[in-house]
Amino acid sequence: MLELQIEGRDFCRPVLGQVRATVGAGDRICLLGPSGIGKTTLLNAIAGLDVSVPDSAVIGRENHRVGYLFQEHRLLPWRTLKANLKLVGATRGEAQELLAQVGLNGYGDYFPDQLSLGMARRAALARCLAVKPDLLLLDEPFASLDPVMADELKQLIARILDAHPAMAMICVTHDANDADILANRLWYLDGRPAKLKWDKPVDGKGVVQGLLNKLRTRECTD
Amino acid sequence: MNGNAGHPPAWCYWVVLPMLVVIWGVIASTLQSPLLPTPVEVLDALVRESGSGALWHHLGATLARVAVAFVLAMLLGTFIGIAMGRSTATNALFDPLLVLLLNLPALVTIILMYVWFGLVEVAAVMAVVINKVPNVAVTVREGARSLDRRLEDMATVYQFSRWQRLRDVWLPQLFPYLMAATRGGLALIWKIVLVVELLGRSSGVGFQLHMAFQVFDVASILAYSLAFIAVVQLIELAVLQPLERRANRWRQPEVAHA
Repeated sequence: MLELQIEGRDFCRPVLGQVRATVGAGDRICLLGPSGIGKTTLLNAIAGLDVSVPDSAVIGRENHRVGYLFQEHRLLPWRTLKANLKLVGATRGEAQELLAQVGLNGYGDYFPDQLSLGMARRAALARCLAVKPDLLLLDEPFASLDPVMADELKQLIARILDAHPAMAMICVTHDANDADILANRLWYLDGRPAKLKWDKPVDGKGVVQGLLNKLRTRECTD
Repeated sequence: MNGNAGHPPAWCYWVVLPMLVVIWGVIASTLQSPLLPTPVEVLDALVRESGSGALWHHLGATLARVAVAFVLAMLLGTFIGIAMGRSTATNALFDPLLVLLLNLPALVTIILMYVWFGLVEVAAVMAVVINKVPNVAVTVREGARSLDRRLEDMATVYQFSRWQRLRDVWLPQLFPYLMAATRGGLALIWKIVLVVELLGRSSGVGFQLHMAFQVFDVASILAYSLAFIAVVQLIELAVLQPLERRANRWRQPEVAHA
């Protein structure tokens, strides 16, 4: 459904090098890599937010509805949760349903800044779903949440993915355990400028950590 | 700077202003001069003018001009300000013009408009608008420069329409700047409209002040000034402050947890 043909780009120095990959329906990709390597940059490029990446580098994007969960909630702080969902096309009923789905039943009339970090992130997730996405982009969805809340959100996202088998997901994370639960495919971004070092299917518990360990040992011996 | 310096408690107004009236009354009754009428004489003039309907007619004419000029100046200034804040090319084009207009005395614009277009309503309103637009544009430009890049990206991903972007993303961020432009703008427009009326219209508070000036009718001058101040304050209390409160509803401190 999506074909990446990024040929490297310039900031003041290039962040992304050549990134070539395809994303198919139902792909659940976890994007790992050292911090600051350009994972968010790649996600932004895929979402079409990076002006230095030409539209032709992401083939097929225009045919898809994208839900993007940013690191900050990026809800409009001057609109209620309900209004935020309606702005991206949800009806009143859908907005209510989605909020209930992410555990925010009854919070429709709250403003985003009245919510805790975890609640705001779930509200932002509800907005992702409001566009009925076939591509879900998640940027460190579990960062700065306490372990219980992070786990709840992980289960929630896993349930959502189960309910939408055709939905593709790309999730930036630095935790191999996230990939165990959410991913069926692993991207590992490394190098300067950053390239996709690995693009492998993964399945089952502990596989990702094993892959990562192998990758790191190999790098040490290189 | 003392944090309390902005808004003194309300009772100050009820002490200082009546005191001013008392002092004025004492001086006026001591001098017994027609050039400084007593507060009672001014009140008489106020009652007479409002009874005859003249006050309302002229106040209405002034208000109408202020309203039209204000709306035009805000729309035009906001549009130019946003364009300047968002695009370096537009900024390069308009900034020199702004410098020119900001330093052009209001009186010059008024005279030129009257000379070029005649003593007509359009010229009067245009003169006011030209004086006001640069201030609005400069203020709104600051706002447009501070628009949150992250919300822009969000609006791009979620394919907001132009109208949604303006109404839901930009306007709330520009609101404090628009309020500043409105406050400063109204104060400026009131003053310029009076001069415009004094120089070339046959209605309005400015015109009445001109007539009173010619016969040294100080009581009428003060009566019209007081009516004028009252209207300005009324607009502040009845329109601007409620609008501000409503727009700032989302900044509530209470936080929910679940």
